[in-house]
Amino acid sequence: MTVDFNAPDIDYAAISPQIALMAGICAVLLVSVLGKATNRNLVTSTSLLGLGSALGLMIWQSDRNTDLVAGALRLDGLAASAAIICIGVAIYAALLGVGEPAFFENGQSRHGEFNALLLTSVLGMVQLASAQNLVALFIALELLSIPLYVMSGFARGRRESLESGLKYLIVGSLGSATVLYGSAFIYGGSGSTDFGAIAAALGDGGLASDPLIGIGIALLTVGLAFKVSIAPFHQWTPDVYQGAPTTVTGFMAVATKVAAFAVFVRLFEVALGPAASNWQPALAALAALSILVGNLGALGQSSLKRLLGWSGVAQGGYMLVGLLVASEVGVNALIFYLAGYALMNLAAFSVIAIRERESNLGDSLSAVEGLGGERPALAWALTISMLALAGLPGTVGFFGKLYLIEAAVDGEYTWLGIVIVIGSMISLGYYLRVIAAIWMRSAPDPASLATSALGPIDGGSPEGEREASGSRLLIVPLALVAAAAVFFGILPDPLVDFAKDAGRDLIATVK
Amino acid sequence: MLNSLLWTPLLAGLIGLALPKRWVGTWSVAAAATTLGLAIGLLLDGSYGSDALNYVVDESWIPDLGVRYSLGVDGLSIGLVVLTAAIWLATVTWSALHPPRGGDDAPASARNPALYFAMLGIGETATLGAFLAQDLLLFVAFFDLMLIPFYFLVGIWGQGERRAATIKMIIYTLVGSLLMLVGAIATAVMAADGGTVSFAIADLREHLLGESSQKWIFALFALAFLVKMPAVLVHGWMPDAYRSCPLPVLALLSGVLSKVAAYGFLRWAFSLFPDAAIDFQLVIMLIALGSIIYGSAMAFTQTNVRLIAGFSSVAQMGFITLGIFSMRIDGIDGAVLQMINHGIVAAAAFFVIAALYARFGTEDLTEMGGMASKAPFFAVAFMIITLATLAMPGSANFIGEFYILSGAFQSKLAIAVIASGGVALAAFYALRMYQRSIHNRLPEGATSRELDLREAAVIVPLVLLIIGCGLVPNKILARTEAGSSASVSALVSQCREHGAAPTECAAEYGLLGPTNREGGFEPSESDGGAGNPTE
Repeated sequence: MTVDFNAPDIDYAAISPQIALMAGICAVLLVSVLGKATNRNLVTSTSLLGLGSALGLMIWQSDRNTDLVAGALRLDGLAASAAIICIGVAIYAALLGVGEPAFFENGQSRHGEFNALLLTSVLGMVQLASAQNLVALFIALELLSIPLYVMSGFARGRRESLESGLKYLIVGSLGSATVLYGSAFIYGGSGSTDFGAIAAALGDGGLASDPLIGIGIALLTVGLAFKVSIAPFHQWTPDVYQGAPTTVTGFMAVATKVAAFAVFVRLFEVALGPAASNWQPALAALAALSILVGNLGALGQSSLKRLLGWSGVAQGGYMLVGLLVASEVGVNALIFYLAGYALMNLAAFSVIAIRERESNLGDSLSAVEGLGGERPALAWALTISMLALAGLPGTVGFFGKLYLIEAAVDGEYTWLGIVIVIGSMISLGYYLRVIAAIWMRSAPDPASLATSALGPIDGGSPEGEREASGSRLLIVPLALVAAAAVFFGILPDPLVDFAKDAGRDLIATVK
Repeated sequence: MLNSLLWTPLLAGLIGLALPKRWVGTWSVAAAATTLGLAIGLLLDGSYGSDALNYVVDESWIPDLGVRYSLGVDGLSIGLVVLTAAIWLATVTWSALHPPRGGDDAPASARNPALYFAMLGIGETATLGAFLAQDLLLFVAFFDLMLIPFYFLVGIWGQGERRAATIKMIIYTLVGSLLMLVGAIATAVMAADGGTVSFAIADLREHLLGESSQKWIFALFALAFLVKMPAVLVHGWMPDAYRSCPLPVLALLSGVLSKVAAYGFLRWAFSLFPDAAIDFQLVIMLIALGSIIYGSAMAFTQTNVRLIAGFSSVAQMGFITLGIFSMRIDGIDGAVLQMINHGIVAAAAFFVIAALYARFGTEDLTEMGGMASKAPFFAVAFMIITLATLAMPGSANFIGEFYILSGAFQSKLAIAVIASGGVALAAFYALRMYQRSIHNRLPEGATSRELDLREAAVIVPLVLLIIGCGLVPNKILARTEAGSSASVSALVSQCREHGAAPTECAAEYGLLGPTNREGGFEPSESDGGAGNPTE
């Protein structure tokens, strides 16, 4: 008697990046347990090795267009582009984390935990970007979020950090629950959790205006809007951004947005594409609101991290425009903007992190006052980042906005193009304040600039103190991202090609 | 050729950042002189008899967005390109000889002259780029980029409430230019009508938009240009910015940057939105008239010499706008000539103000006086600049204003009559400033001192340039003419499509301008040797 056993066909090559991340997580945990307390360089190297191999494998697999894991995931241009950006951001965050004072506690390095959580979160992002099933979407979303809750509260000695972690946990869980609830409605309405089958039910089955589906779409929108902090679901953003350790904030601000927008695109354009005319006006209203609320909220902020949090709300609104026009040029514009956003935000967060470690002014605006005279390299990087976020020519931000506005006009949403521009005008009010602080003010009292023994963090350790000088090494990656923000502002073609790969397969699926 | 002209200032500025401090000034002067040399080379070498472009550069830049890197120079822009390079050389030279220090509370970054010259270099590249661009998006990008270096120059090296002034300046001007960006994108996307998007001026000319789309897009462009000039109603940023701006930089702001806006009307607004331009003619002419009257009246009542020059600039830009929107060849020719004249005169005036400030230690006109007593050459130089400002017959400004008014008279009689009053007002405020500072008694503590070599090195060439333009305005007109008739013919061809007979249109828009001009008013040879411009 023979038993027929159909071994599942597993495309190991296509999931190799995820395997690499998984292996990286295990390796980081082992190294951190087995090694000594001060092994942060070893841990970080292990983590970088895992991330680097995942990045390499992802680039190797980036021209695939195939279903994975019984159709739960899909590796296509969108998934690959989003994964490449997320892994790149994580590599940057790992480097930034080496000297993060919050990762030292009583002389003990906690880099092992941080890196393990970072890699887990990235794994969630890679899966989220390729999820094409509501269940896979939810699992990936949680895999991404839970490590982030922990990372936000990493500085246990600091109330703000704990508050940030708790707040993020509560709001994030609410968001996840809403997504789950919405998924249930979609499943109830369409009878399937698979994106392709949902699209078929909505399109050919004529369920596009079914009330169950409508409620499901609304709940999914709200849940994902929480994740990408689109107004009016953004209230947690400034507090969480400010309280979390700067390394974590930088990673969270950029990578979460990338992954969540990737699945946002796939869910709405593939699964819910046939109902586009129902959700487009709602998303347009959210985008416009987010642009206005984010930009107005950022005015008058004196904490740079809060300022970037509010600016992130506005930027999320710009990106939503690329999504809601539901066209190939829209997706391209969105991916282009996300890539540019990663560059400009990483530059800003690393300057904030470096200044936090050098002075005891924390992340307040006065920490960068007079930087132009004292530290021209940092000053230029932050200036480029601010000009790029404002969307001025000569930076990647200009073409990002241009691309989005072109997509908006092309999709007959010209008024949203004008809203983007009005938002950019308001945003000058705060971005330029930062630039004015850097170049047009004198440095504050030198005494407050000296590295204090304790640093800004309670329980700062001698280890952390020594690290302040080590942050000079960060100049190299910082210079790279800032230079890239200018380079793609003059010759955007390579980045345009990268973004076009993302839109390519997706639109073919829709059509 | 155009590439080296365009990028030399920027590259030189960036290289300057790496040079030792004591060489930066010389290096920057050399770079600015090279740029001027290249610009003059273009002027002498190119042919500007027709509206064809010279030295065309046309490269694919971002094919997916339909943006090309496309440059060219024709009769309309060549004069402004040379003006830009010349005034920039004057400013760079002045700054190299009088190192910028900033105000009393200058930040540490003000002690880095290389940064100052790098910003000037970026500004020059952006301005030249705006004049040379033949792709709408490239133009908009350069137009926006122009602002950034001036933000730093005013914010770091300015005086008084410099930070507030920069914020005001940048918000005002960027509001205009970002809206223009939307307008530009809308133009290209709508012109493509589902096909391949292209921002190239030639493609856009072939697919003009419908009149209603043209109207709102024209309004966005006009707003950007009017703010930049500045024209009355949207000039709110001007007084604060002028008060704070370092004087050599102010020479650029007033002398050159305002001209980009006027040029934008001719190159872009007229050729892409002819229907809307015709519709808005009266509105813009009224704004121009308002600028003339308001600018002149304010210039007459201010006591801060910077603001006198600043408001005089508002009035002059009003004249230029009036000439452009007369939509006659005469008026446009005069406007283009006047752009160049005013660029030189305004820049020279601000350098004279800098020299006055060095002697009196104040910018308040009521605390000045008697400078002529021991400084005859200074007085003469200032006199020439003053006479040019008030458009004395014999100066090129006279020819320019004459043509502008001649165009305006044929177009809108009532507006032209009132605008002529502005010419008389100019005499009031220009002479008032001259008399109060040069004549009367020397105030206590001030010394009358001749222009020293460092000042003369900048002011004297500019004064010679003013005299030179007065002697041969026809040389300038001969080059700009083809360009301005091209602007008008863009309007006329559109007018024809509206169903009017060709001759009516030609009569309406003065395309028969040359004959019109010969039969009309012609400045005689005795008016400072102004020959017949149509020769």
